[in-house]
Amino acid sequence: MPQSPADIAAKLPRFENHAEQETHFTTCYMCACRCGIKVTTENEQIRFIQGNRNHPVNKGVLCGKGNAGIMKQNSPAKLKHPMRRKSGSERGSGEFEAISWDEALDILTKRLKNIRDTDPKKLAFFTGRDQMQALTGLWASQFGTINWAAHGGFCSVNMASAGLYTTGHSFWEFGDPDWDNTRYFMLWGVAEDHASNPIKIGLEKLKKRGAKFVAINPVRTGYQAIADEWIAIKPGTDGIFALSMVHVLLRERLIDEEFLVRYTNAPQLIIQNPGGNNDGLVHRDQDGNPTLWCQSSEQVTSALNTDANPALVGEYTTDDGVLVKTAMSLILESYLDEQYAPEQAAKVCGIDAADIERLALEMAHVAFKETIEIKTPWVDWAGREHESFIGRPVSMHAMRGVSAHSNGFQTCRGIHLLQALLGTVDCPGGHLAKPPYPKHIAPPIKPAKAMAPNTPLNSPPLGFPTSPDDLVIDDDGNPLRIDKAYSWDAPLANHGLMHMVIKNAVNADPYPIDTLILFMANMAWNSSMNTAQTMEMLKAKNDDGEYKIPFIVCSDAFHSETVDFADLILPDTTYLERYDTISILDRPISEAHMACDAIRQPIINPDRDVRPWQEVLIDLAGRLKFPQFTNDEGKPRYEGYEDFIVNYEKSPGIGFLAGWRGDNQNDHLLGEPNPEQWERYKENECFFEFEFPDNFKYFRHANKEYLEFAQSLGWVNCTDQIVIELYSEKLQSFRLAALGQSDGPQPQTQAQRDRILRYFEPLPIYYQPLEQQEITKDEYPFFAITQRPMHMYHSWDSQNSWLRQITSHNYLYMSESKALELGIADLGWVWVESHNAKIRAQVKHMQGVQADTVWTWNAIGKRKGNWGLSKDAPESNKGFLLNHLISESLPKQDGITNSDPITGQAAWYDLKVKITPCYEKDDKSWPQFEGTKNPMTASTQDQSYQCGESVNLKRSLKDSLFKK
Amino acid sequence: MKLGLTVDLDTCVGCHGCATACKQWNSSGTIGPLTDLNAYADEPDGPWLNRIRTYEVKAENEVSKTVHFPMSCLHCENAECVTVCPTGASYKREEDGIVLVDQDKCMGCNLCAWACPYGARELDEAQGVMKKCTLCVDRIYDQELEPEDRQPACVLTCPTGSRKFGDFDDPTSEVSLLTASRKGVDLMPELGYAPTNKYLPPRAAPQVPTHATSTSSSDAGIKGWINKMIAR
Repeated sequence: MPQSPADIAAKLPRFENHAEQETHFTTCYMCACRCGIKVTTENEQIRFIQGNRNHPVNKGVLCGKGNAGIMKQNSPAKLKHPMRRKSGSERGSGEFEAISWDEALDILTKRLKNIRDTDPKKLAFFTGRDQMQALTGLWASQFGTINWAAHGGFCSVNMASAGLYTTGHSFWEFGDPDWDNTRYFMLWGVAEDHASNPIKIGLEKLKKRGAKFVAINPVRTGYQAIADEWIAIKPGTDGIFALSMVHVLLRERLIDEEFLVRYTNAPQLIIQNPGGNNDGLVHRDQDGNPTLWCQSSEQVTSALNTDANPALVGEYTTDDGVLVKTAMSLILESYLDEQYAPEQAAKVCGIDAADIERLALEMAHVAFKETIEIKTPWVDWAGREHESFIGRPVSMHAMRGVSAHSNGFQTCRGIHLLQALLGTVDCPGGHLAKPPYPKHIAPPIKPAKAMAPNTPLNSPPLGFPTSPDDLVIDDDGNPLRIDKAYSWDAPLANHGLMHMVIKNAVNADPYPIDTLILFMANMAWNSSMNTAQTMEMLKAKNDDGEYKIPFIVCSDAFHSETVDFADLILPDTTYLERYDTISILDRPISEAHMACDAIRQPIINPDRDVRPWQEVLIDLAGRLKFPQFTNDEGKPRYEGYEDFIVNYEKSPGIGFLAGWRGDNQNDHLLGEPNPEQWERYKENECFFEFEFPDNFKYFRHANKEYLEFAQSLGWVNCTDQIVIELYSEKLQSFRLAALGQSDGPQPQTQAQRDRILRYFEPLPIYYQPLEQQEITKDEYPFFAITQRPMHMYHSWDSQNSWLRQITSHNYLYMSESKALELGIADLGWVWVESHNAKIRAQVKHMQGVQADTVWTWNAIGKRKGNWGLSKDAPESNKGFLLNHLISESLPKQDGITNSDPITGQAAWYDLKVKITPCYEKDDKSWPQFEGTKNPMTASTQDQSYQCGESVNLKRSLKDSLFKK
Repeated sequence: MKLGLTVDLDTCVGCHGCATACKQWNSSGTIGPLTDLNAYADEPDGPWLNRIRTYEVKAENEVSKTVHFPMSCLHCENAECVTVCPTGASYKREEDGIVLVDQDKCMGCNLCAWACPYGARELDEAQGVMKKCTLCVDRIYDQELEPEDRQPACVLTCPTGSRKFGDFDDPTSEVSLLTASRKGVDLMPELGYAPTNKYLPPRAAPQVPTHATSTSSSDAGIKGWINKMIAR
């Protein structure tokens, strides 16, 4: 007789002590994905962390990292109290003494006050993989130092900037494939880091629908494993592959001409005046509007003229005698060139010409033969009504694999060009913007230049230059920022160059600093290039015995490698112990059709003398009397972080949290501060979502009602159409300066001029990555890159006792056939050598890897003595970093950053190496570091975690006796 | 009832979400704790009731394929792990087919692990007791959980929806329907263990036609380009 679940349940013991359990919602922070979680606790211990089914980001699911949060909370590497370096001990030795928070904050306030009173730029404040850049940026502005940035310069600024200078949005936080409608998805490069669960959820949708998934990656792991087609590209050559597909589409005229005419600057007229100071600029009418050639009137007319029938292609002479061509003509001239023919591109990227041709034509088929239409009336920028949204269901995602090359900005622009030619930008089935994006091109914020003692900056430290006038350089053309962002070395360094700060500060180039504050950034280890030397730099002293970086402050929750190099340590809380906001003003978590934000709330009371970094910042801001943090009586304006979040307004009605504002507490997005706001978020499972009406969902770059809505919220500052910039006049303005054809700043050296002229092409180009231009290919035959392990990456969790059971050291993976050719056995040890350094690593053979490429998992190798690991831990004994091999300068140009020449994005993936068998009998990686003298914990014990008592389900005696 | 899982090899990306969800639920669950051996030292390990192994497979003249292969107890109909158990600790429940180990009766002899051809049982060396998947018997019947939460932790969490839970005796259950439509397979059927869990093989890659190309390229290229009349 079958039994119902209820019958069965009635016979079972009561396993869970629900009466003692509490559940609370908050936001995960095991990586940067920011999924909603429901945490069940029992007597101040965590029973279970589960994805929040209602949450817009993860819809109930959770990845390998998120499910291991318990062991992050229980890590023995948690810092326990503020500390300062023991007097008389050497920096880096890891000898600290505990101090009180009062003492720690007094030391820091005194130091910072002196800097702020005299020369604010002597404070460099750089933050790592945090998610509170709106607050840290505000803090730096109020302090008055331009030397602030987060980690974007070594993460994915190429992706972000290429999008913001082309379509007004981009990938990940800026936009997503239309997972619900797309029929063809192309994934460019390693993407297992961003986003985590949304991409996984999306891939399942594709698979169910029978949409094709093509993965472009030298390595077949992770998402690539389930791709319908894997394209084993050579690292750093995605640009030529994209532009070769552009070649095919143009050759066959398989492009969305209506989209190009209406939504891009393809029909705009570009001045052709070689040698002149306006060559390559957009031709403008008397009112400053870009112009078109109207086929009906056979005249030049304003691009705002809705009666025009613009010529997409053509060469004309204007009434004032200026020779002009449409941007589309320049596009055709560029990409129909033989250098982009599949046969030529194949030689560079290693993909068969026939495959390049086929993939382009497959996308054209889906875009133009499987067109979808969503019947929703909408109004375009000019007030014209349309009956439906037309969708070209081809979508793409690109992340670090494309970003982390020194040609990544132009490659990403090439991908956006491909999207625009296919008409797949913000349309059904295509690539969708996520609010508050799209923005106008470029967003109207300029980076701050001027500084004065005790004076806030008059604009944020980071912004979006549109011409050389916006560079942050002095009258002689020298960098003003310590990281040389917005200098001629990296003019569009919109996220700064955190990876250059230590080297520049130590070399006093452009000037020495006094204090370096690092938050949640492991700059002494896996977040720096040239790691071994970087650790030496952090300890470097002047002749007078003073440290070259006089004072280093580190805030982190865990005993990272960087903590050991600090003079003052301010211990942070874990993500389950604090309040946080995930704000639309910061790095938003919106979905394509929903504006979203979220909070964290404390689930567990800290058992240590630690404080959330955001509390510390608010406290310091009050102590230092920053104007926005001080009231009329000269007292701190905010009681703490919670009070700040509720009451701070960026502009009237707009604060960090968008939900439940105003007196009646139902004003969303815009409204007066609401003292009950945190409570409303907690009641609503710690997130807020505002779903768009159907007519706001697509073509938002040209959607009048959407743009008016966005303007009302401060997301855009005008309702003009956001015209997609396939041709970038902004890039061309830098070339004119390099040619001496401008009134503004001009590069000072021939090398700078050459660099700008070569790389600031107004249309996307492919060029060989910079490091590879300067080394001998024959000497260093292998590309060396990292991939992101989905169960570890971004969770800084080598101390996580569950995750490290899955992976506790990394291997160097290489093609089986190449390895055997070189006499390298599976699990054999090798020397890996670059122009910069040498390491020893253990090899694993693999077939699913491009033959000229070797790779390893990122973020596994650790330094001995850190992260609460014992000295015999494989993370330090067998694990290794490729970082040692990567120089922060170009091989032949010391002092010139090993980065994208446009954005300053760290070129992690440009590395080339040679590999030789290692015959020494030593099964350890090299280099090994002695590490700290004072490890936090070096437990070699077993661990047995249990929340509550287990209730064993006993087998009945009857069952034991009478059944087999 | 015949409770079990389907595991979709077409969508598993190897994120280990199911493995760590299993770990956190069961560490404090009915068969908990699960000891973390050498938690912060060399050779960290411990019993996992669900592991994801990654393989490369390569057919001749084809590019290799990477396969992420999750493995937990398959709750076999002919569970030899039960037959060999000398203490009667291992048993298969009549009412729902779940194979369990009575933690109080197990003496840690490891015979059942030897009998399991799938490697699905792991001894907790510190406790000397066998651990294995319980199908979250302490979740799926818990009437105090929301109905949609009464699923194994691995199924709840799977980001690509690769794991589904249900009653294979019910032909209308999601797992039965999926097994039928996706032609779910038994692992090593030749051994005759009749596993309950079914694996869904990768789908055939969709074939996308290429767009027709022009036979004459007269209108292609910049010279022959004739503009269309398109309103701005």
